[in-house]
Amino acid sequence: MAKKTTSSSIAYVRTEPAPLLPPPASQTGLLGWLHKNILASMTDFSSPVAAVKSLLMAFFTVLIGYVGVTQIISLVDFAFISAVWSDPEGLKREACWTVDQGGSLPSGWHGACWPFVKAKFKFLMYGPYDMDQLWRVNVTGIIGLVALAWLLIEPLPLRRYVGIFLLTVYPVLSIILLYGRLDPSSTTLSVITLGGILPPTPTTLMGIVVVGLGLMTLARLGSRGMLSRTIEDHARQIEMSGWVVIAYALIFALFTDGYNLERIDTNDWGGLMITLVVAITGIVASLPLGILLALGRRSTMPAARIICTVFIEFWRGVPLITVLFMASVMLPLFLPEGVNFDNLLRALVGVMLFSAAYMAEVVRGGLQAIDKGQFEGSSAVGLTYWQSMRLVILPQALTHVIPGIVNTFIGLFKDTTLVSIIGLFDLLGAGQSALADAAWASPVQSHSMYLFIAAIFFVFCFGMSRYSIYMENKLSRSRRH
Amino acid sequence: MNSDKSLVLKYLYDTRTRSIIFQVLLILSLIFGFWWIVDNTAANLSAQNKSVGFSFLSQTAGFAISDTLGTWLLNYEVGTSTYLDVYFIGIANTFLVAFLGIIFATILGFTFGIMRLSQNFILRGFSTIYIELTRNIPLLVQLFFWYFAVLRSLPNARGKVDIIPDVIGINIVGLYLPSAIPQDGFSLTMTAFAIAVVITFFMNRWAKKRQQETGQIFPAFWVGLGLLIGLPLVVFLVSGSPLVIEYPEFKETGPILKRGFQKGVGMVLVPEMLAVWLSLSLYTAAFIAEIVRAGIMAVNKGQTEASLALGLKPNPILRLVIIPQAMRVIIPPLTSQYLNLTKNSSLAIAIAYPELVSVFAGTALNQVGKEIEMIFMMMSVYLTFSILTSIFMNWFNARVKLVER
Repeated sequence: MAKKTTSSSIAYVRTEPAPLLPPPASQTGLLGWLHKNILASMTDFSSPVAAVKSLLMAFFTVLIGYVGVTQIISLVDFAFISAVWSDPEGLKREACWTVDQGGSLPSGWHGACWPFVKAKFKFLMYGPYDMDQLWRVNVTGIIGLVALAWLLIEPLPLRRYVGIFLLTVYPVLSIILLYGRLDPSSTTLSVITLGGILPPTPTTLMGIVVVGLGLMTLARLGSRGMLSRTIEDHARQIEMSGWVVIAYALIFALFTDGYNLERIDTNDWGGLMITLVVAITGIVASLPLGILLALGRRSTMPAARIICTVFIEFWRGVPLITVLFMASVMLPLFLPEGVNFDNLLRALVGVMLFSAAYMAEVVRGGLQAIDKGQFEGSSAVGLTYWQSMRLVILPQALTHVIPGIVNTFIGLFKDTTLVSIIGLFDLLGAGQSALADAAWASPVQSHSMYLFIAAIFFVFCFGMSRYSIYMENKLSRSRRH
Repeated sequence: MNSDKSLVLKYLYDTRTRSIIFQVLLILSLIFGFWWIVDNTAANLSAQNKSVGFSFLSQTAGFAISDTLGTWLLNYEVGTSTYLDVYFIGIANTFLVAFLGIIFATILGFTFGIMRLSQNFILRGFSTIYIELTRNIPLLVQLFFWYFAVLRSLPNARGKVDIIPDVIGINIVGLYLPSAIPQDGFSLTMTAFAIAVVITFFMNRWAKKRQQETGQIFPAFWVGLGLLIGLPLVVFLVSGSPLVIEYPEFKETGPILKRGFQKGVGMVLVPEMLAVWLSLSLYTAAFIAEIVRAGIMAVNKGQTEASLALGLKPNPILRLVIIPQAMRVIIPPLTSQYLNLTKNSSLAIAIAYPELVSVFAGTALNQVGKEIEMIFMMMSVYLTFSILTSIFMNWFNARVKLVER
């Protein structure tokens, strides 16, 4: 009681809280931001050493800032401000010539020559593909894009089925659309048409598809108890046979003359289209192969372990270009006479084996991160090896290494440019051959082309890496307890 | 009868039996596959009238290779040098560009990695843009850009762009640098340098031992640096500066064919090598920067705080606490980046820099046509290098592994 009286009676003791002052000017607004993000490292002059450090830092910052800003400005200037956008008079190369070279642009001009890229755009996208048939590539691309977007956007329904479609129906559909009918030998044809019982027409194909879908619907309804007991008991078998019929329909579609599309040889493929074909095939094939190899490398069976280890280390130890060389030069020697792989298929084999080895190491990292108790627990509840892998281990292991998997995809996507060295006209290869066109020769020709190609690759790779960061954040959020 | 059946079933359901059966099948199918390939290859080769063997290595190679380290080391001459020489030239050029690339990429990568962690917005932003741009554009596109868009559009052999006037200049033929030509007696300076290295090594050991025993610190770094620079310098000056620096010579007048940089004066780096070197190191630097950043971020903040609490100053904290721990995280992926850089140097085939793939599996293979032998020889170089690297990594990982209770 006495204490309280004293404190309230003394004049210099506050009786109410001090009012909140605004933060100092150096901490808020633009000045605060500048202080925190730029000036903080260069305002310490408390000792000679610190002063020297601050000055050096200031100098370095100004230098880097200057270099960065001038580079960005010159890039923007080159690509947009100074660039030639159109060539209405059809001058071709002279549209991008300065006065010194005989054109009309001011001396010292340096900008992109976009009419050149525009003129070569179709070639860059499709290569020497038949110009009347481009709709086939477009349709394939649009279907793939829509399905992929559907798969990647979380709240959409039926994503599982879209995934199955992408992995089974879509590849066959793309081969049919892009390439045309495969050419089977007469024996293959007669096997596929069951000795001529099923005529190779679109009607038959439709019939097979309807039967397959019918079987699957039957199984679905049966398993919900809406049909007779017999069907309910055999729902699983019926569903399996439905899948078999669908698979048969796919093979039927691939080999028989049920549709009328002109054959377009892979030698006439090119541009961004071939880049995407190689990258997507590599990506899709490398994941299952890589998982198998990783499981083999962690297997308790010494033979499987050694074989997988040697396989992985071999492919990882050599550059991709030597693998592609090997595929294009040695693969024909390895196969029996008469079997002829085309160039694209050889490159695909090389890319698949190569990326599977890298994928295997990524997946192995994920497997090693799984607690031993998960393996023991799943065998304790009576799961077989494959069941425990499929249901317990791999789902956890793969989510652990999503960033690694996407990184491998990005690496693979960038590496597809190497197929241009063995003579395929991928985006870069098409660009290189477009550069050889003297009708567009100008000093800025190659700059414009490489800028365009680099921008396309950047968009793809940067997009993939952002998606992986997004997935990683989402998963780590859900993993947090 | 019944018990027989159950015995068979029992064996069939036994995991050990199953695994043996599976492995035997695996090995058999592997052997069969191998045999199938060998058989096909033999048939194909005999159909083409080709034989297998390495006798082609002693044949003389009939094509020119541009002047590079390899041709200089092996004294390459069209018509006298063999395909074995070509092989070694390829290896030498691969390792030259890989070595130079590794040095440059490491310096750049560490700089960008540290800059990316800086508080300074400008440094951080610059480094982020650089890393994201270079990582997401294929190396081959960058290589083509540097070679075709930059180095191939330089002035022709009669012109030049000065980098340092009268010292370093560049045109389409290459980068002209001064060369240092050692005279008689220069070996003394080299010997002095070697002696300085040995002394520094032993002095470091002694200083460390003394510090551990008595706690006294000996400024080993500065003394060592002084020794390494000072001793050779003194010997060099005493022996009468036996080193002639030869500057590239540029003529602007005279007969048209004699204008430009003069042949044989100074040193010239071919543009192919420059392009490979630049693009490899700029590309790999972005990856190294990310590794460095991750390594530094992996060191717990408590380590810095604990060192401060112990009374260490900022510099020793960095040198004795942060860097050793960050290095443990950095070095394994860094080594694999070095390996990647070496493997990526094979892209040089696209611009015809005479490294292993380009000169041996490209030009020489086209002339000799021994696909199997030559591709095997080429791959074995890369495989050896990668096996050596992984041996080093295993050794390193075992050495720095955290010893836990």
